[in-house]
Amino acid sequence: MAVAVEVANVMRRFGSVQALAGVSLSVDAGEFFGLLGPNGAGKTTLISILAGLTRADSGTARILGHDVVADYRSARRLLGVVPQELVFDPFFSVRETLKIQSGYFGIRDNGAWIDEILHHLDLTSKDDANMRSLSGGMKRRVLVGQALVHKPPVIVLDEPTAGVDVELRQNLWAFIRKLNRDGHTIILTTHYLEEAEALCGRIAMLKAGSLVALDTKQNLLSQVAGLTVRLVAERVPTAWQARVRRQDHRIFEIGLSRYAELEDLLAALRAEGIAIDELALQETDLEHVFLRIMGATERVP
Amino acid sequence: MMRGAGWSTLLYKELLRFWKISVQTIAAPVLTALLYLLIFSHVLEARVTVFGGEVGYTAFLIPGLVMMAVLQNAFANSSSSIIQSKITGNLIFILLPPLSPADLFIAYVLGAMVRGIAVGLGVFVVTLAFVPSVAAMPHPFWAIAFALLGSAILGTMGVIAGIWAEKFDQVAAFQNFVIMPLTFLSGVFYSIHSLPPFWQSLSRFNPFFYMIDGFRYGFFGLSDVAPGLSLAIVATCCAALGALTLALLASGWKLRR
Repeated sequence: MAVAVEVANVMRRFGSVQALAGVSLSVDAGEFFGLLGPNGAGKTTLISILAGLTRADSGTARILGHDVVADYRSARRLLGVVPQELVFDPFFSVRETLKIQSGYFGIRDNGAWIDEILHHLDLTSKDDANMRSLSGGMKRRVLVGQALVHKPPVIVLDEPTAGVDVELRQNLWAFIRKLNRDGHTIILTTHYLEEAEALCGRIAMLKAGSLVALDTKQNLLSQVAGLTVRLVAERVPTAWQARVRRQDHRIFEIGLSRYAELEDLLAALRAEGIAIDELALQETDLEHVFLRIMGATERVP
Repeated sequence: MMRGAGWSTLLYKELLRFWKISVQTIAAPVLTALLYLLIFSHVLEARVTVFGGEVGYTAFLIPGLVMMAVLQNAFANSSSSIIQSKITGNLIFILLPPLSPADLFIAYVLGAMVRGIAVGLGVFVVTLAFVPSVAAMPHPFWAIAFALLGSAILGTMGVIAGIWAEKFDQVAAFQNFVIMPLTFLSGVFYSIHSLPPFWQSLSRFNPFFYMIDGFRYGFFGLSDVAPGLSLAIVATCCAALGALTLALLASGWKLRR
């Protein structure tokens, strides 16, 4: 399978901050790939290097085999980027914005594809509206449209759903999923871990400029036992003390590998006469994995 | 999908940008030039002799004002477009596509030249009402050559200022402390022969002086220095600044972190 994005030992320093400390990863064509990490982990720097907005101090980055510096014209034609900042040109309407962006890629008669983009992003009725008059969510969708005008095979979305309401977020994801089904490679950074869990097949986690995890979503989720019991009680049965993952006074989190183990836990509690004040069962999600990898002291971004 | 050159769209965007606010970008500078003409010609027509009296002061002033409008507006166009894009963040729309440093250079400079020359033409047409004889230019191609080169130089300086500046007031400072003194001390309002010897010699180090003097030659067939020399100096400045700007764009200085 073709490699859509290949990053090899990329380093970038801004003053005293090592934004990227030798990151290597590759994304296959057709993947829906998640790039996660707390603020300042280096996600946007990595994306900026792919897009040619930032230059790496060392290392290489390629889009479908084209080096982002030496062969930047081909690399940029193959890449669509939805930037994180909500930026727009106040002089133009929605359609003008998309038409001008097409022209920058050398594409002239792009009306049919622009109509399709407007339709999928629910912007058809706003095509003549000036960018200034749009709501934040609409401006965000125009940014997505601008990234797609040249039908790039690789699409990078840098936190595209920040500030977008739930319904629009669902529509946006339906459209991005369709693009992925149609063969586009998607790279997503997001602050919503449930979004990455629902959409991405493979996930990389960055921390302080280094790659700390890179695996399929299933493998990452299986790193943490499948179920977590949240128990509020005086203590846990003696035989279960080694299974406690986290404790906060009388609150215990205990990992279970399967539902049948719950029976054993309840039996042990009964046998030792421990009263249960509260008990809740949670399936492991990406947030657990993320917190575990980043260290429990770090907040979820 | 038809493919074309990306720079032509950037040029189109640059033109559309100033056209959409043409009252501010074209009409206002034409009015300013007209006010200069009314005031200076009224006060000085009978007092100042230029080119040994062969040309009246108001007629002398017109090419100076036209060229001043060309130069100032060419600078204003590229500098304000780039600084606005930098401050609002929408410069990213130009940095993401496969536009080369030369594409950016051509589009921004041509956009600036069109704006500068459009305002210059506006000033020329309006001032004709005062001295219709100015239209009978003996060497129009000299005037056109200097207008093109002058607007290209100032468009290029605008690109440099736009790239360098991080705030609007830095562009304003560049305009007030570099462009304005060079323009006002270039002979827009006077012939350098009317200056004391020291200032005459100093003026010869100001490239704007050669732009305006050469441009004026197109109107009257008279100039302070030979037009061929002026053209050579202006063309050399244009090439040097162009090379510098292309190098800055290629390095990504202050544009790509």
